[in-house]
Amino acid sequence: MTQFRRYIPVIAVAIAVIILQVVLSKTGSTYYMTQITMSAFYALVVIGLCLLMGYAGQVSLGHAGFFAIGGYTAAVLTTFNLTAYSNTPVVSLCRSLGLLVQRQDIYGTDILAFSAWPAFAAAILLAIIIAFLIGLPVIRLKGHYMAMATLGFGLIIYRIVLGGRIFGQADGVSNVPPFRIIDGLEVNGRAAFRIESYYIAWFVVLAAMVLAINLVHSRVGRALRSIHENEEAAHSLGVNTYRYKLLVFILSAVFAAIGGVLLTHYNGSIGPSEVTVMKSVRYLVIVAVGGMANLWGALFMGVLLNFLSLRGVFGSYDDAVFAVILIAIMLFAPQGLLRMLNIRKISSLLPRRSNA
Amino acid sequence: MNLPQIVQYCFAGITVGSIYAIVAIGFNIIYNATGIINFAQGEFLILGAMLAITLNHFVALPIAIALSVVITTIVGGLIEIVFIRRARNASVLSLIVITIGISILMREAMLHIWDEKVRSLAYFTGTGVSSITILGAHISPQVLWVLGVSAVIVIGLTPFFRYTLTGRAMRACADDRMAARLCGINDKWMVTLSFMISAAIGALAGCVISPVTQTQYDMGAPLAIKGFTVAIVGGLGNSMAAVVAGLMLGLVEAFTMSQFDVAYKEAVSIVILLLILVLRPSGLFGKREIAAMRSL
Amino acid sequence: MPEAMLETKKLHRFFGGLHAVNDVSITVSQGTIKGVIGPNGAGKTTLFNLIAGTVTPHDGDVIFRGKKITALKPHAVASRGIARTFQTTKLFAHMTVLENVMVGRHSRTKCGFISGMLNLPRTWHEDKQIKAKSLEILKDLGLSEHAFEKASNLPFGRQRLVEFARALAMEPQLLLLDEPAAGLNIYETKELARLIKWIRDRGVTCLVVEHDMSLVMAICDEIVVLDQGRKIAEGPPRAVQRNPEVIRIYLGDNDA
Repeated sequence: MTQFRRYIPVIAVAIAVIILQVVLSKTGSTYYMTQITMSAFYALVVIGLCLLMGYAGQVSLGHAGFFAIGGYTAAVLTTFNLTAYSNTPVVSLCRSLGLLVQRQDIYGTDILAFSAWPAFAAAILLAIIIAFLIGLPVIRLKGHYMAMATLGFGLIIYRIVLGGRIFGQADGVSNVPPFRIIDGLEVNGRAAFRIESYYIAWFVVLAAMVLAINLVHSRVGRALRSIHENEEAAHSLGVNTYRYKLLVFILSAVFAAIGGVLLTHYNGSIGPSEVTVMKSVRYLVIVAVGGMANLWGALFMGVLLNFLSLRGVFGSYDDAVFAVILIAIMLFAPQGLLRMLNIRKISSLLPRRSNA
Repeated sequence: MNLPQIVQYCFAGITVGSIYAIVAIGFNIIYNATGIINFAQGEFLILGAMLAITLNHFVALPIAIALSVVITTIVGGLIEIVFIRRARNASVLSLIVITIGISILMREAMLHIWDEKVRSLAYFTGTGVSSITILGAHISPQVLWVLGVSAVIVIGLTPFFRYTLTGRAMRACADDRMAARLCGINDKWMVTLSFMISAAIGALAGCVISPVTQTQYDMGAPLAIKGFTVAIVGGLGNSMAAVVAGLMLGLVEAFTMSQFDVAYKEAVSIVILLLILVLRPSGLFGKREIAAMRSL
Repeated sequence: MPEAMLETKKLHRFFGGLHAVNDVSITVSQGTIKGVIGPNGAGKTTLFNLIAGTVTPHDGDVIFRGKKITALKPHAVASRGIARTFQTTKLFAHMTVLENVMVGRHSRTKCGFISGMLNLPRTWHEDKQIKAKSLEILKDLGLSEHAFEKASNLPFGRQRLVEFARALAMEPQLLLLDEPAAGLNIYETKELARLIKWIRDRGVTCLVVEHDMSLVMAICDEIVVLDQGRKIAEGPPRAVQRNPEVIRIYLGDNDA
């Protein structure tokens, strides 16, 4: 069926990922995998943002906020010691439902805390609720007003995590346990789990890409693009523009939150530096450079730029590099770098915007 | 609280509030001329202060300030010419994103030219410990300088825009670019001029507030956000309202700090921003039916 | 007596001090083509916007097939069966012609976010239908050869046609056409007249705002004349043409 053409890049990337792992293992440079894995988690935010900005045409300058909501919720729930409350009805109920786990932290103390999966579920749920509440009023706003409102949202989250004692204030939350997906498979930053986590990360990313690609090619995807192209016309054709924009906003928030949860478990910690305005701007830069409505471009650029940044290639000019890229793209290639270079052969395989 | 304390907080509030108002006016001038929100507005204040501090090592304070204002003004004009003018056919949103990029670049440049140390400009009159007593409260004379300079800026701009040819030309451009051009007004230069004026008043404000709040390379963005909040609350483009809104925000912040934890002070402006955007984006004093505000 | 497809009852709309639509009550009978004419600023497009839901009336009602649709949002009005075209073409420029028409099928189809993301079999089924129906409409309008071209690449007259196709994809009962002949030459206008009649013959009631009198006289079963927000006349073309009020506002010139 012709529609399976759209999955060719997925398979291609999967193969590339496998080859890369084998090469790195054979050359003894598996330490690169750490940054690649982290970049993959960041890429989840970018995929969601690409759907929001490139397809639904909405701007968000506060998406780091949803990343933080995911990460901090998971961090707090898996590290907060409930031992003192173990006799209260709520905690006993959670215990009997199997949501809690007894373990020892690095200092040897006994901790009773939520296990990773319930924390994950709670983080996603919280992201959905907050995205809904924020989105309801904000989606109505036009252009730069929405940009400012999302910026304000990001700032509020930053202030909350920076000021709240339970969030560790400036130090953030650490000693976050790894994410045990099932027995024997976990997202863990330590060297022994590098390869495992690498594959889990890429599996999640490719799964997200498949969902995003499917959405873009579906009836809803067409409706979203039509909203971006000409909102008034889309509205007059029966597209409930408000509802769709809100749903995409929530979807992109969920993607970001998942990225936050996974990265937090991988790193074992999360701090306020993940919620700065600069972080939100970076995500925006990556989507813009990749080509606003180009999912693969966004993914590629996301992994590339984050990897280079994490490896310290940009040195102390890290922020400046992103700023320069942002300005350059906006001035010279608002449709994104890859489109400008017009790599014909590859781009004919890639799902472009005008695919029915 | 007793009277001296109240007076103390009031002065603190209107001091910082008048700076917010100046930032907001800077936003409004550029917005009125171009429809763009210039995120780099806050950086002009910091740049002005940093330049003045460095120049003060070589020349007397008044000259240092004057030079810094001149240099910042030129920088403002250059930014417009190099970046904004080139993006002629970009959407307003792209331009705003560009100004975000510019603000980051300026901040990074300032970090690398100076460093991350906190500095402050010398007090205009007296020293850090001199004070004037008003109604029992001890106020630094610098506070009066801040209020004075802000008042001069506000009072000076009004006749400029209302009575001078250049000022009216700028207003004409804001109203209807094409019509202004047909009248022989060089609209491109009006845009550059708007950036230069905003940079100038920003630099001046940065200099006068520096002794009070100190200056650090990354203080530009928070200032810009508060200034933007003030501009929106007053109604984008309405500078008189911005003054009122600025003073209000300053006072609210000051009294919040008196009752609650310092951390909440920062949250106040953001909460106000979100509330205004959601409830009344046209601002407290703006026209209600500005159709451009709401989407479908 | 054919039943009323659309009725407006005493519609009022102000824009600041301007009384753009002033006590306008019209009736559009099923299966007919009704024209709305009047000098510039008469309130014709505002009337359309009031019916289509883009603008809310300050007073009065809009009744569609016996049910009130006053103040419904545009997408809700569309899903009731009212389609509209715009004065300036509002095509989805970067999407193909086929995709433009497929969006028109939106209100007649259902698959949502979840089925879309998971690419469930029922979306395959629905999408196949959407595509087939859209291609059919393109064929009917002679646009098949352009199906996979970017909409913005088409010549202006063709773009107008695509907007028609898109509106027809909604399978509407009522079609609002806002100055469809604007920018068309004589030949294209004649084709347009044929097309609108063909649409009417397929059972779609049409309400047409137009300045081109030859088109109006040629196709309309009835005409409404607006001037400065008020209804001046309503009736068969010949009768309206002879109406002294109408003659007066057009200064006796019935060539627009």
